Amino acid sequence: MSDGEVVASFVVPVHPHTVLAPDQNPGWQRLRNAYDQAAKTIQDVDADLIIVYSTTWPSIIGHQIQADPNPEWVMVDHDFHDLGSIHYSLNIDADFAHAWNEANHQRGLQSRCVNYKGFPIDVGSVVALTLLNPDQRIPAVIVSSNMYANRSETTVLAKACLDVVKAQGRRAVAVTAMSLSNRMFTDFIEPEADAIHSLKDDEWNQKILEFLEEGRLEDVGQLSRTIHQQIRVQKVVAFKPMWWLSAMNGNRNDLTGSVLAYEPIHGAGGAVVALDPTPSGAGDKEYDEDDVEHYQGDRGVLDQATDNDETTDASIPAPEAASTSGKGLDPALWDPTNAEGSVNTDAAPKPVGAYPHARRVGDMLYLSGVGPRQPGTNAIPGGPIHDAEGTPLDYDVKAQTHAVVANIQRIVEEAGARMDQIVDVTTFLIDMKRDFSGYNEVWAETLGRYGPTRTTLAIDALPTPIAVEMKVIVHLGE
Amino acid sequence: MAKGTIVAGCLAPHPPHLVYAENPPQNEPVAEGGWEQLRWGYERLRASMADLDYDAIVVLSPHWQTYVGTHFLGLPHFEGLSVDPIFPNLFRYHYDMKVDVDLAKAIHDEAEAAGMPVKMMENPDFRVDYGTITTGHLFNPEWDKPLVVISSNRSTAYYSVEVMQEMMMELGRVTRRAIEASGKRVVVLASNSLSHRHFTTESDMPEDMSKEHITSHAMHLWDMRMIEYMRSGQAQRILDEMPEFTEQAIAESDGGGLSWLLSTLDVPSYPAILHGYGTIIGTGNAVVEWPCYAHEGASA
Repeated sequence: MSDGEVVASFVVPVHPHTVLAPDQNPGWQRLRNAYDQAAKTIQDVDADLIIVYSTTWPSIIGHQIQADPNPEWVMVDHDFHDLGSIHYSLNIDADFAHAWNEANHQRGLQSRCVNYKGFPIDVGSVVALTLLNPDQRIPAVIVSSNMYANRSETTVLAKACLDVVKAQGRRAVAVTAMSLSNRMFTDFIEPEADAIHSLKDDEWNQKILEFLEEGRLEDVGQLSRTIHQQIRVQKVVAFKPMWWLSAMNGNRNDLTGSVLAYEPIHGAGGAVVALDPTPSGAGDKEYDEDDVEHYQGDRGVLDQATDNDETTDASIPAPEAASTSGKGLDPALWDPTNAEGSVNTDAAPKPVGAYPHARRVGDMLYLSGVGPRQPGTNAIPGGPIHDAEGTPLDYDVKAQTHAVVANIQRIVEEAGARMDQIVDVTTFLIDMKRDFSGYNEVWAETLGRYGPTRTTLAIDALPTPIAVEMKVIVHLGE
Repeated sequence: MAKGTIVAGCLAPHPPHLVYAENPPQNEPVAEGGWEQLRWGYERLRASMADLDYDAIVVLSPHWQTYVGTHFLGLPHFEGLSVDPIFPNLFRYHYDMKVDVDLAKAIHDEAEAAGMPVKMMENPDFRVDYGTITTGHLFNPEWDKPLVVISSNRSTAYYSVEVMQEMMMELGRVTRRAIEASGKRVVVLASNSLSHRHFTTESDMPEDMSKEHITSHAMHLWDMRMIEYMRSGQAQRILDEMPEFTEQAIAESDGGGLSWLLSTLDVPSYPAILHGYGTIIGTGNAVVEWPCYAHEGASA
């Protein structure tokens, strides 16, 4: 199977006018025509998956992914109910949805699939999939917009999605269902009176479209916070989708962009924009934020720690600090040693002593003990087992185990090996009675699928405040 | 025709967890209980309402969010399946409700006459929002009274809490005038939480009460401050502090329900009855009754 890829991307408007009332306003008709043109492009590029990130599906508990294979209902817009109803019967790729959900967990994200009869598919998703996929021939997947998610969480969400696109060899189309400026008129207007809400909103929209037409998607992502402050109604519908779409395209500035239409919908900025991954050579990459690979739990809405079971502890120090619990209880971090056959990677946490991440001998690869600490920040998904004072904390062994497996995978792949070549694992737990069940559950979902032998031991402590560590042996031969 | 009367006003929050925990036959998921303090609070509210004679319930829910004006359900009957898009694991409720269209239209017309952008919602396919359904069930599980359902205009998000409150105070005044003119006896409900910062994770068993608490001490202080104003008859102070409360406690009063309720009750100076307080996935929720029936002349 060839590696999957994003073969096209689109920005599309969310309001129902393009489905229900294009004939009432020439601008709405032009948006509809652009939608039809985008649908044809999707057919022409032989896409086999449409991925929709919708700003009109807010979520609180991480991100939600639609996993009902055939959601059917009637959608009526909360504001524009007088335009009529949209009957939908969508073709959802439930297998992809579940795989994406699992990939999210592997990267430290909170997410879940939803599969309930009568689930209210949001207006943005219904409009997008009705027009982009009119015969519903191409399977789709829809993800929510988490109201608390920041840039790193949204970026990692895209990278987890790409993990699955590549693993499944899919030809995917990435779609953000969104307005540009989303400030609508607060009074009722006749269709012919529609216009962008203000000159300022129009000017910002024009600037965004200029960037997109030049393929400078990452630049728009970098401007997201400013754009949100300038031309967006605050709270749920933030300008997050550009973070997601940029990461889906490798955070690039040299895509080939095309603005198919830009028109007002009740004052909001509606645009259909096509982004071809073919390099245009136009944009310089200026990526000045961390290229986050793994979610560290830094939503920081209130900038304070809570003692709930979130995946990380906000008291964990900044990346510059070398400790996981502060106060010097932890060993210093070392650069990995580099003797012959050593395998080291920046994608795995630094050692706590003078040793490599792994070492190759003949066709065997031996990994040093791998824990859940995160590369770069040293944070512990699921939280540390004790605080800076040494007081025991509640922690999530499942999240820690997922993080261990993810670290193992990075080291194994750095060595050019595969997870299914792991032949033996020794696991160390600091609390067998408390943690075995959760650890065992994650094992079954991850390493257990590859069938290595396994030994699980209870020990008194590990060098850092973690609950689980694994020692792995890989056979590199076929 | 006799002058219409508001017999009671209530703060009646709508977290679907409360319906889930109760296991009513209309809801598909099954729970092992949970959030009893609040559910017992609703029980006390229902007992308080049991002997009251009233014709209709008027509710403003922040989950029917409209950006273009204020809308009113405008058909006599709605039924269907309400699935919470955020907590679908907890709330998949089969609803069947009646609407007092005459009263809804009367409030609509009064608001229109006052210059407010308003619209009747007359699409039969419309799915009633889960906030209305949850509050409707918890307040009156028999569903034997018709409702008037008012949307939540998102003026806080568009402008500011101050602008929202100005609009909601006007909406409250026209609601009161329309009720008085209708000759009906009415209960008014604001369907919203107080502090509204959620946890972003959920226990494997959502009703695991060992995980439930307020998200921060600051949220607790704000909730208690507002409740004390309610209990001591200082509604005006609630309104005065609404901008700070709404912004600092990320309060669900941003949807306008509480301001509208207090305005509809003519900013009561008599004490409200606190029937219960508790947290739900970290948010602060109070079940509160303003017993207008005991203070005739103090409101409509």
